[in-house]
Amino acid sequence: MTLAAHVVVQRGALHLDVDLTVADGEVLAVLGPNGAGKSTLLRVLAGLLPPDGGRVALDGDTVWDDGRDHVPAHERSLGMVFQDHLLFPHLSVTENVAFGLRTRGVRRAPARAAAEEWLARVHLAGLGDRRPGELSGGQAQRAALARALVVDPRLLLLDEPLSALDARTRLTVRAELRRHLAEFAGSAVLVSHDPVDAMALADRVVVVEDGRVVQTGTPAEVARRPRTDYVARLVGLVLLPGTGAGTTVRLDGGGVVSVGGEATGPVFVAVRPASVSLYLERPAGSPRNVWPARLAAATPHGSVVRCDLAGEVPLTADVTATSFAELGLVPGAPVWASVKAADVTVYTR
Amino acid sequence: MSRRGEGGVPVPLLVPALLGIAFLVLPLLGLVIRAPWSSIGPQLAQQEVGQALRLSLFSATVATVVSLLLGVPIAWVLARSRIRGRSVLRALVTVPLVLPPVVGGVALFLVIGRQGILGRPLYEHLGVSIPFTTTAVVIAETFVAMPFLVISVEGALRAADARFEDAAATLGADRWTTFRRVTLPLVAPGVAAGAVLCWARALGEFGATITFAGNFPGTTQTMPLAVYLALQRDPEAAIVLSLVLLAVSLGTLLLLRDRWLGRSAVV
Repeated sequence: MTLAAHVVVQRGALHLDVDLTVADGEVLAVLGPNGAGKSTLLRVLAGLLPPDGGRVALDGDTVWDDGRDHVPAHERSLGMVFQDHLLFPHLSVTENVAFGLRTRGVRRAPARAAAEEWLARVHLAGLGDRRPGELSGGQAQRAALARALVVDPRLLLLDEPLSALDARTRLTVRAELRRHLAEFAGSAVLVSHDPVDAMALADRVVVVEDGRVVQTGTPAEVARRPRTDYVARLVGLVLLPGTGAGTTVRLDGGGVVSVGGEATGPVFVAVRPASVSLYLERPAGSPRNVWPARLAAATPHGSVVRCDLAGEVPLTADVTATSFAELGLVPGAPVWASVKAADVTVYTR
Repeated sequence: MSRRGEGGVPVPLLVPALLGIAFLVLPLLGLVIRAPWSSIGPQLAQQEVGQALRLSLFSATVATVVSLLLGVPIAWVLARSRIRGRSVLRALVTVPLVLPPVVGGVALFLVIGRQGILGRPLYEHLGVSIPFTTTAVVIAETFVAMPFLVISVEGALRAADARFEDAAATLGADRWTTFRRVTLPLVAPGVAAGAVLCWARALGEFGATITFAGNFPGTTQTMPLAVYLALQRDPEAAIVLSLVLLAVSLGTLLLLRDRWLGRSAVV
């Protein structure tokens, strides 16, 4: 059970051109900023939106090929979970879950029985007679998952399935979703703008920006070695492109960084904000990477204060609230930023 | 003085609103006050009154059923399909809303009258003559009332979240199944509201009916026609008939509002 797709959509400012394959039992996360074309991509994969070009094949069966073949959504073997669950408000929860079986010709009694069984699997046993409006957000999303999976689809599409949930519910639903995805035998595509979803649920991540794939890899690879500013920011790194020469990198934006490894040619330098230290006076001693900078902005970020620095090397530093107060920093204040060479990651561009 | 009333209604809105309400309610009150309450029993017992009332209720109900069967699909086409020329279609379909009903009656005559474009072959080959029959009453009422249903159902369809239909498609439902099992239940309040409007309009239809169907007691004389006729020879009878019509309309509106339209009522 494999999904192989090349999707081209031209729509206003959006020019989407994405190639992707998802293997049997694999979960692919499509990560990207709003407006990158993620949801459009998913609608094409579902058959809800005819693309302008390309080919979509499921298990070798072409379901779309440049307009010559077009299998409409209702004839495809798929399940889809939407951001705001879209349970039918006029049907009971059980009827909602049984819906896909009923449209495929299963009789009422067995369809209901299968629906009840799936409701139990998503821990909603006994709530089947309720209306969707009587469920909490997390319960509704679990019912929507059951509704998508009850027909045992070959392809499961998840469109921001957790982003409408509050933080605590999201945690439990994410854990449950993870369990069901692990059991799911078909191909699954998850669209999200939340890196945590992608990291927790996916086997592989595709990053889409402005309609193009800019990076693909396992969640760990993408988190460790982001290739665009967007991904770097998502995973909490500062990304600096440059050219390596031994253990130093000359940055494209100016400045030289000593790095922890050997590097030659075009490279990315990634710096974790927590490893950047700030001083009022130029520090003496071990760190070889010391730059003068000005504090551009400071925002509380959990238990630390995230300081964006303006200077030759545009870094971000996370300092504890205490040291931020001790330094007495105000926007525009001159500081010295330093980072140990061992804390600087370098990898080829 | 800029004192605000109890409900916080500004005076420049409150005064015209009260005037307007008086304008709408006073004529109805007048009907009730001037009604010959003592002779109302014998008046109502007249055979013609019962006939006209039964005919009115019957033909308005049939016209509403026909409007539902034809009008809901029209509304779907206008709201959901991607066919070209939809705005032209919408304009054409809603012309009867602004057309004087008498003109509608004349137009119907020209098409399905005995000498009409369709009516002539219908009469010559099948011996079917439509004008001046109860069928003609239903056709005239449908012509005038259906646009009300189309407009309100189309509005309900546009307001309904079309993504529910996407969800149904991903669950294996073709467009017809989706319409039956998802779309129609979602817009049911709008359809009910449209049907009530349509029924009320059909019940009160006068111009197209008298032009196309004539005024024959028992077959084409509906309540409004009976009222108009009675006004010329027996004003008391006209008042009684009007009261009955008022009571039926009001009763139906209240009943449907409670039973079907609920809180999501559009009426």
